[in-house]
Amino acid sequence: MSALDKGRSGDNERSGDNQPAGVALAGDYWRPEGRPDPLSEKGRIGIGAPLSRVDGAEKVTGGARFAGEFIFDGMVYAALVYSAIANGRILAIDRREAEAMDGVVLVMTHENAPRLNTPPVFLRSPNGAAGDDHPIMQTDRVHWNGQPVALVLAETQEQADAAAESIRVDYAAEPAMIDFELAKAQARQPDNVLGGPAEITVGDADAAFEAAVHRIDATYTTPRHNHNAIEPHALTLAWVNESEGEGETLRIHDASQCVDLAVASLAEVFGIDAAQIHITSPFVGGGFGGKTLWQHQILAAAAAKLADRPVRLALSRKGVYRVVGGRACTEQRMALGADENGRLQALIHSGVAAMTRHNNLPEPFFQATKCLYAADHIRLSIDVADMHMLANTFMRAPGESVSTFALESALDELADQLSMDPLELRARNEPERDPTSGLAFSSRHLLEAARSGAERFGWSERSATPGRRREGEWQIGLGCATATYPYMRMPGAAARITLTPDGATVGIAAHEMGMGTATVQTQVAAARLGLPVEKVAFHYGDSRLTGSVLAGGSQQTAAIGGAVIAAQRALVAELLALVGQDSPLSGLAPDEIECRNEGLGAIGDGSRFESYRQILARAGRSELSVEADAAGSEELANWSMHSFGTIFCEAGVNGVTGEVRIRRLLGSFDCGRILNPKTATSQFRGGMIMGLGLALMEETLFDPRSGRVMNPSLADYHVPVQMDVPEIEVMWTDIPDPHTPMGAHGIGEIGITGVGAAVANAVYNACGKRVRDLPITLDKLL
Amino acid sequence: MRAFDYHQVADSEQAIEQAVRRRQAKYLGGGTNLVDLMRETVERPQTLIDVTRLSRDIDETAEGGLIIGAAATNAALAGDARIRSRYPLLSRAILSGASAQIRNMATVGGNLLQRTRCAYFYDVATRCNKREPGAGCDALEGFHRYHAILGTSSSCIATHPSDMAVALAALDARIHLRGPEGERQLAVTELHREPGERSDLEAELQPEELIVAVELPPLPMAVRSEYRKVRDRASYAFALVSVASMVELDGETIQNVRLALGGVGTRPWRAWRAEAALRGQPATEATFAAAVDAELAAARPLPGNAFKVELARRLMIAALSQRLSDARNGGDA
Amino acid sequence: MQWTINGQVREAEVDFRTSLLDLLREQFQLSGTKKGCNQGACGACTVLVDGERINACLALAVQYQGREITTVEGLAERGTLHPVQAAFIEHDGFQCGYCTPGQLCSAVGMAGEFERGLPSAVTQDLAAADLEWSRDELRERMSGNLCRCGAYNGIADAIAASLGKEVVR
Repeated sequence: MSALDKGRSGDNERSGDNQPAGVALAGDYWRPEGRPDPLSEKGRIGIGAPLSRVDGAEKVTGGARFAGEFIFDGMVYAALVYSAIANGRILAIDRREAEAMDGVVLVMTHENAPRLNTPPVFLRSPNGAAGDDHPIMQTDRVHWNGQPVALVLAETQEQADAAAESIRVDYAAEPAMIDFELAKAQARQPDNVLGGPAEITVGDADAAFEAAVHRIDATYTTPRHNHNAIEPHALTLAWVNESEGEGETLRIHDASQCVDLAVASLAEVFGIDAAQIHITSPFVGGGFGGKTLWQHQILAAAAAKLADRPVRLALSRKGVYRVVGGRACTEQRMALGADENGRLQALIHSGVAAMTRHNNLPEPFFQATKCLYAADHIRLSIDVADMHMLANTFMRAPGESVSTFALESALDELADQLSMDPLELRARNEPERDPTSGLAFSSRHLLEAARSGAERFGWSERSATPGRRREGEWQIGLGCATATYPYMRMPGAAARITLTPDGATVGIAAHEMGMGTATVQTQVAAARLGLPVEKVAFHYGDSRLTGSVLAGGSQQTAAIGGAVIAAQRALVAELLALVGQDSPLSGLAPDEIECRNEGLGAIGDGSRFESYRQILARAGRSELSVEADAAGSEELANWSMHSFGTIFCEAGVNGVTGEVRIRRLLGSFDCGRILNPKTATSQFRGGMIMGLGLALMEETLFDPRSGRVMNPSLADYHVPVQMDVPEIEVMWTDIPDPHTPMGAHGIGEIGITGVGAAVANAVYNACGKRVRDLPITLDKLL
Repeated sequence: MRAFDYHQVADSEQAIEQAVRRRQAKYLGGGTNLVDLMRETVERPQTLIDVTRLSRDIDETAEGGLIIGAAATNAALAGDARIRSRYPLLSRAILSGASAQIRNMATVGGNLLQRTRCAYFYDVATRCNKREPGAGCDALEGFHRYHAILGTSSSCIATHPSDMAVALAALDARIHLRGPEGERQLAVTELHREPGERSDLEAELQPEELIVAVELPPLPMAVRSEYRKVRDRASYAFALVSVASMVELDGETIQNVRLALGGVGTRPWRAWRAEAALRGQPATEATFAAAVDAELAAARPLPGNAFKVELARRLMIAALSQRLSDARNGGDA
Repeated sequence: MQWTINGQVREAEVDFRTSLLDLLREQFQLSGTKKGCNQGACGACTVLVDGERINACLALAVQYQGREITTVEGLAERGTLHPVQAAFIEHDGFQCGYCTPGQLCSAVGMAGEFERGLPSAVTQDLAAADLEWSRDELRERMSGNLCRCGAYNGIADAIAASLGKEVVR
């Protein structure tokens, strides 16, 4: 059975009779009284079709060229030297041996690096793409163990590596806060969490908890994680003179999930105009939050300037761990107070996450708890423990991935205490409105997803008592957990549509890192413009395209969708201005028009139609190009907007060895309209597999004596391999959200959420052991 | 990686001649461990002598065993029909290690001499007695989940990472060596040293000595031998604990037994004490437990690897019980 | 030095330190073969040498002189995708595409190993002459190729389909 059959949407049977003829201009879907985007209606041509990836052929033939695979004439290779202390000063750098080695072109340290401005920091400055605000190779200060302290350029990578290895650095180490246990004692409340308060209260949760009949009060811990995209960060760049007298342009082939923000940040760093920087990133070998701006891009550009040579810098796997931040560790207290019927009276979720004083990303582990359950009294708070470490950053479903482990484990513990089915407990606490903001939900069908998932999974076969099912050495249990991730549409998106007699090109500075963006947005644009997908090209991954769309926060689908909606309106208006009096469309207003059959037609009047080709020909135009900004994301102020799902897991625990094997895994999601079931299935499964990693094996080992990551490799940081992964079923409600473009939600992150708890709950059901400390390794089950 | 000279040789004689002539020479097999360590600058040879053209044949011996050329790949060994039927634990051990790609590259000789995966050994910015005698050991109070509980010293707790070598230890394989002084043989259980104060000295090899072959003695009981490996993911990970086992019964008495452990020893760990406690004893759970306890009494666990004592205990008992049941169902195996 | 790469004899003088992977990527601009870890831990660099899959990152180029090397660029024949390539597209056996060339070469190598009767760690009876395909056999044999996007199900489906095997799930 294919994944498509598993999507129980029924939407793939498009009947010709009911099929709307064309796509009118989307209106004000973001307003309470607004009309939904016409593309969110069921039965739209192309939407919901399992189109194979448009870049598939390039990816399977080796033709897809990634950032570290471009070539400039005269290019040299870079290698970095990383600090071996966590805090202190560089006393001396012995570079003589390196400089004398064959092929070495440059050794750059803080002593000779060009003057650079400190980069603007992500989520602290509007232009910020950088991980932290440390000066980059400007002083003798060392701020974390692994900080780049020297860079070598040489004619070959082998020469550069050998020269970097020969460099000896003397340090004066200073006391460093590198033990999370100690740092916790000095934890502080951050200024903000994702721009909102670091503490949220509804009623008096502590008093309500004390008074509750049923109580769970437990601490859950989650370790550091690294993204570990299989493509290590790499770039190839040159300072080039694109045309006479224009000055130099910094031309970068980067692996980036934020080309536009990176340009803005680099412009500040180098004190040049953003127009002088051009980043392209057509293929990105996985991002997961890690492929933003870190020191290596800045150092490569600085060294290229200093040496006056194009540079290729490809971080080693170890280098990625040294210079690209990961997910912070957390310690979360979950206190649930419930009445005899399982209704939550108190919900307390507090704790601390590691951070630095130089970034602004407290791991937002209360996000899911804000919206999931109705509780009379709620207290949520996040503290941060400042450490001398590489700045942490966001990794797939920041907050939710680790917070759902705590919240959804605690609910399972409460269900156990109440002798109640865990799904029933959740259903009893399903809120009418967002319990902390008070807003109505734009679209919430969690219970439906849970019900259909439970039925398909065979949840009713679960024994409420742990340890009842055994096969040989294996104890088998079932667990479930709620998944959730916010809907997001960030400001800044814009799109350009260029129409020619042969079709349309849609361009936007967005990203394809494997999510299926290029494929899905081709489908969406084709549907919106009434064109076959073969006649639409979607251009992305280029900072010179319009708009600024971060591939993050699961927001790209909606952000691009919103921009194309705006561009479609502009295009129709321009076309109507071109048609002239002889056209059957003459006199029609944009809102009376729909795009259909490769042209424009009057809504409800099949006789009034003119093809794009005819309109352009009549006007003597070979092409028409329009650009428009997406409407502001007012919907986010009007509703509480989230995706939901329920994860079901069947785990085997080996009674002899404690090994855990995931036998079955099912995700039933409520994420609005699913645009392409083939790529969506992969997104959900991919998130869920990363969730299995989080549940069972992933942990970045940060040595509390040195502040050094001690498993900076794919051999020692375990991610799931093929053998760890069962056949994963995914299904979805496919109910459109009336207040989003295409009725869709982004789906890149929700898959990882809930999986940690679903596994932990299944393990408990299998063997009666409750593990509250990730990952669930076998030693915790012996 | 620092620059080096490279010489490919056609036979062991040439290999040794080159090794004697060059300074800081290393023999290079499949490179799966040495090249990696050279990138980390843990290994810094000036010369590599490529010995992959040495014999990779697997031949019958006059005694009814097999002799394996040291350049045979791990994959070739694991896939050999004679090994699979007569020494299945060896096939299983090899197939449980690394990935198919690595097994296609790695040689038998190289596998035996692969070095520990200790994170502190790999990271030249940390202290490691194995890399630098006398420097200290950062693993003792650091991350040592993968480290040894048997055969350790106050200077080193690194495990030998090979699965194959554990199976070879259980089989009493013999190592054929060739050096400037000529040829000699060594029991595989005598090849690897315990660290003591000199954890940098890992194998009982003379300078320039080269492993040219591994000999498997005839061992009928090995037909029902197994290798079970426990690790942190389902495949492609080093052992936390592994057990190689075979048992021969005489009625209900254990006539002969072989047990070896991986993941817990500073060298491939032949469980001599347990074997001695089992031989000639009735095949009962109580005997197994006593034998296993005898072996693990010497364990020196640390906070991060204390679970291995219990895990090793359970795995050994489970292996013995399984072998017992296999032996009782003798003819069917 | 000389190698036969995708059927063509190629020559270059390289540093002894140069890996087969860097030879392909940097000397011959065959960048289809990917560098994911450069230490034999991810399989992104998998190529076929005389039909057998290896990790090109741990292979010194100098050691492989004279050998027949097949990379992802050599899988398609005269513009027609290899069945496993087509199956990867159809079954969505990838997302970002970075591990894909290694997965593809590995799958081709694996099929050969299976045809030759080589067992795997999950083969129940190692002494048996005939192997039986199963989903577990496929998964174990492909476990040397990491995919962080998590396309494992699609990869397994694609390989099974391209081999024409009814693989039990």
